[in-house]
Parts: sequence; C-alpha cells; structure tokens
Amino acid sequence: MNGSEIFGAWVAVFLTLGIFSYLYKDNPFYKIAEHVFVGVSAGYWMAMAFWTQVQPNLFGRLWPTPEGQISGFLMKTWYGIYNLFGFVLPSVFPDGGIDKGHGHDPHFIYLLPFALGIMMLLSVASKLSWLARLGIAYTVGMAAGLRAYAFLNSNVLGQIKGSAVSLVDMPFFSLTGVSVFNNLIILVGTITGLLYFYFSKEHAGAFGKVTRVGIYFLMISFGASFGFAVMGRISLLIGRFTDLITYGSSTYNYASIWVLLLMIVLLAVWTFKGEKKSVSQ
Amino acid sequence: MKDKQFWSVAGIIFVLFMIYWFAGHPYFVSERGVMFWSILVVGGVLIYSTRMAKRGEKIFLRSIPGLKAVEEAVGRSTEMGKPVLYVPGIMDMDQVETVAGVVVLGHVAKMTARYETSLNVPVSRAIVMKAARESCRESYLLEGRPDLFHDDMVHYLTDDQFAYAAGVNGIMLREEPAACLYMGKFYAESLLLAETGNSIGAIQIAGTASPSQIPFFVTACDYTLIGEEFFAASAYLSQEPELIGGVKGQDYLKLLAISVMILGTVLNFFHDLGWTSWDFLAYLTVQ
Repeated sequence: MNGSEIFGAWVAVFLTLGIFSYLYKDNPFYKIAEHVFVGVSAGYWMAMAFWTQVQPNLFGRLWPTPEGQISGFLMKTWYGIYNLFGFVLPSVFPDGGIDKGHGHDPHFIYLLPFALGIMMLLSVASKLSWLARLGIAYTVGMAAGLRAYAFLNSNVLGQIKGSAVSLVDMPFFSLTGVSVFNNLIILVGTITGLLYFYFSKEHAGAFGKVTRVGIYFLMISFGASFGFAVMGRISLLIGRFTDLITYGSSTYNYASIWVLLLMIVLLAVWTFKGEKKSVSQ
Repeated sequence: MKDKQFWSVAGIIFVLFMIYWFAGHPYFVSERGVMFWSILVVGGVLIYSTRMAKRGEKIFLRSIPGLKAVEEAVGRSTEMGKPVLYVPGIMDMDQVETVAGVVVLGHVAKMTARYETSLNVPVSRAIVMKAARESCRESYLLEGRPDLFHDDMVHYLTDDQFAYAAGVNGIMLREEPAACLYMGKFYAESLLLAETGNSIGAIQIAGTASPSQIPFFVTACDYTLIGEEFFAASAYLSQEPELIGGVKGQDYLKLLAISVMILGTVLNFFHDLGWTSWDFLAYLTVQ
C-alpha cells in the first residue's frame, strides 16, 4: 500500500464522515465536504464535457486528420485557421489535425453546433446575450420534435397495446403468473388511473368514485416503488459502511477510527463554544 | 389565423395529400401507418381544442390543490421575510419536464416580483441556467419590477447529481427558505432535497413526471403535482386560452385512448377465440 492510496483513503473517510455529520446538524465539517464536493464536481464536469464532447466530437469532426497532402484553396484556408488555433492551444488542436475516428474529411454541418455554442458563450456580453436564446430555442425545439415520435410510440401506442390484455388460454386466478384476474386488474387500473388525470370534469358523483379507484391504484404503485427504492438506498449505505470498515483497518492506519474520533471531539468543542456564545449574548 | 383561412389551408393540405395518395403514395411506409394516423388524430384534436378555446368558449378545469398552494407558499415566504427556493430538476432542456419546470418558474417569478419576495434558483445545467434566467427576467419585467431582478437569483451549482443535492441542501440549511418548490425531472436526489426542506419547516410543493420519484415527494412534501398535473400547471397558472385548450384536447385524447384500450381488449378476445383473423395488437406495433 503506497502513501497516495492511504492519503486517498483518509480523504474519502473525512468526506464521507463530513457528509454524515449533517445528521447531527449543519456544521463546519459538512460545509467543507459540501463545498469540496460541489467545487470539484463542477470543475470535473466541465473538463469532462470539453475533453469527451467538445474536443473529440466537435473539433474532431471539423478538423479531422487529413488523408495525405491538403489541397485546394478552401481546405488550405480551413486548416490554416486550425493551425492558428493550434499555435495558441496546441494541446486542444494538435499538429496535423484531430484523429478521433471520424474519417478524414471535415464535416461542415458541425459548424452549426459550433456557432450555437459560441452564441451561448456570448451571453456574458450584455449587448449580445440575446443570441443565446437561439441555442436554447434549438435545444428545446429539437428535443420536442425528436421525442414526440418516441413518446407517441412508447407512452401512447405501447401503453394502449400493453393494456389491451388477453383473456383466454390462461387460468382465471394466479398469485404470481399471468391470469385473467391479473389482466383485468391491469386494464381497470390503467383506465381509472387515466381518468384521474381528466381535468375538465369535477371529480364528483360516480365519476369521482371511479377516479378514487384510480388514485388508489396510483398510491399502491407508489408504495411499491418507494419500498423498492429504499431497499436500493440501504444497499448504497451498506457500501459506504463497508468502505469505512475497510479504511478502519491497520492497512490504512485506522483512518476511519481516527477521523471519527477527531470529528466528535471537534464537534463537541464547536457546539460547546456556540452554546457559550449564545448564552453570553 | 381566422376560421376561413384555417379551413382553406387544411383543405389545400387534404387535397394535396389525396393527390399524393392516389398517385401511389411513394415513400409512404405502410407498416408505420398507425403512427401516421396517430399523429394526425393527436394533432387534429389539439388544434381543434386550442382553436375552440381561442374563440372564447368556456372550458371548465377542475381545481388542483397543489397549484392553489403555490401562491400561498409565496405569500407565506413574503410574510415571514424569507426567500422562495425553486429547484428545476437536474436534467437539461431536452427533457420535457425541465421545460415545464422553467415555464412554471416564470409564473412563480411573477408572484415573487409582485410580492417583492426574494427568489433563489440553483440549477445544474448551463442551458437551464440561461433559460431560467431569461424566464425570470421576463417575469420581473412584465410585473413592472425589473429593478428587483438580478442575474444571481438563478445560479449554477454543478452538473453532478449528488454534489448538486449537497449544494441545494446547504442553501436550505443556511438561508432557511419558507417555501421550497421542486418542479422538473428528478432522480435519487429527490428524497435528499425533500427531507431537508421538511426538516427546516418549509412549505414544500413538488411537481414531476418521474414515476420512481413521485413516492418520495408524496411522502415528504405538502403538495405534489403528479405527472399530468405538473404539465397542466402552466395552463392553470397562466389561464391562457391556448394552453387551456391544450389541456382540454389532452382530455379528449385520454378518452380516446381508453376507448381504444377497451376496443383492443374485445378485438384481442375475438382474435384469440378465432372469431376474427385481424390481429389488432399487431397493427398497433410500429415496425
């Protein structure tokens, strides 16, 4: 076990216990862990987005490594611009083009996202900030159009198809498998659940009773989903405890135990000082 | 567009389509016919309902308690002199729930501008930050209080899910908002946020269509807008005829879907018994 691994374990223990200390109340350890977490992740995500999306997928398509000698006025000018960028940022624009497996010819259609990206960046200039709206409009419009088809297929047609159940060649009742009774439950649950979301009629009288059945179905499914998710969260908690136990061994110089003890002592001092201050005030 | 113009355009499109159809309809994928008819029906019903609402025909919409509570929550924050915290989810603008969340944010910003209450909107995506900022700016401008708007009321935290949750929790503990509104697309951070909001005694209203997260919001929040209720929220809050017409149109489509479900079950039953050879479920399958 080398020194950096042990140091990493101590940092992990400190951050884990720092976040857990929130169970007591908001305190300096939680604040440190929270700010480190937010700050590091913001920087990490930005770097990740640049090096996994912008550089390979955008610049890699606009200026791929050309096959052989560059010929023609347009291409020479295009790669001339690239060389200019490369002079300023050689790590982003390496010599000879970017080879990320997107072929050898520039995809000029990617100038469109490049322009939209620059428009988003222009939001820092108050006079040009309106240009950023084009990028937002493109994102929302594109997503709406693209997803309409998929939603109609899966959420409407797929749901109708799944609810038009079969009622023959199966037992009438079964607790675990497919049965006529279970299929009828699916049909009734779907229809009453759907009627609960009918807005242009008051939920009163017979209609109100039907929609009440619908909300019962919804609540039962939410309950099952809740229980399932809580089980998942407990497994995450067990994972953290397993790590803390591992880091509490002699291999890691009893990191968990020392950090926990130190935190308890410092929290006690901090609380005691805080109480004293409030009494004197 | 006036009625006469609308029907003229619709008639021209219909005639052109008929010419295309009787000319042998090249490039028309017949296996996806069900999708074509579905798009026509959905589009037609929504256009009809929207035009009906625009003509001024009265459309009744039942009340949704969660939406009534939004104004109460902002009012409570005003009385207590504490800010309103608005969380528009953790996904980008390509998610319909985030778009709905930003639309509702516009209405909430109008209320905070009217009542001169401070608004805090931490976001986890750059494009959402820009869209939310524009939405708030416009609302403050419409309410005649551009002086109260400042860019920092919508601020970026981080893209990371749990780091974002930790950051929002920190804001809740330190600023102690009187109202926490969660409207958008959420994942596992939903309970972390709602639990913290509950612990500081804030009135909490959530709206999401993520089925796995609704239970957590139902458990920890005072009001929850479930699925469709959340999407209908902007129509309720704005009372704009186009949006209300859209909600009415969706109601028609729900009735249609229920009818097709029942018809499908009956036809499927006949098919299984061998009384008819037409497989309705196979027709519904998009190739």
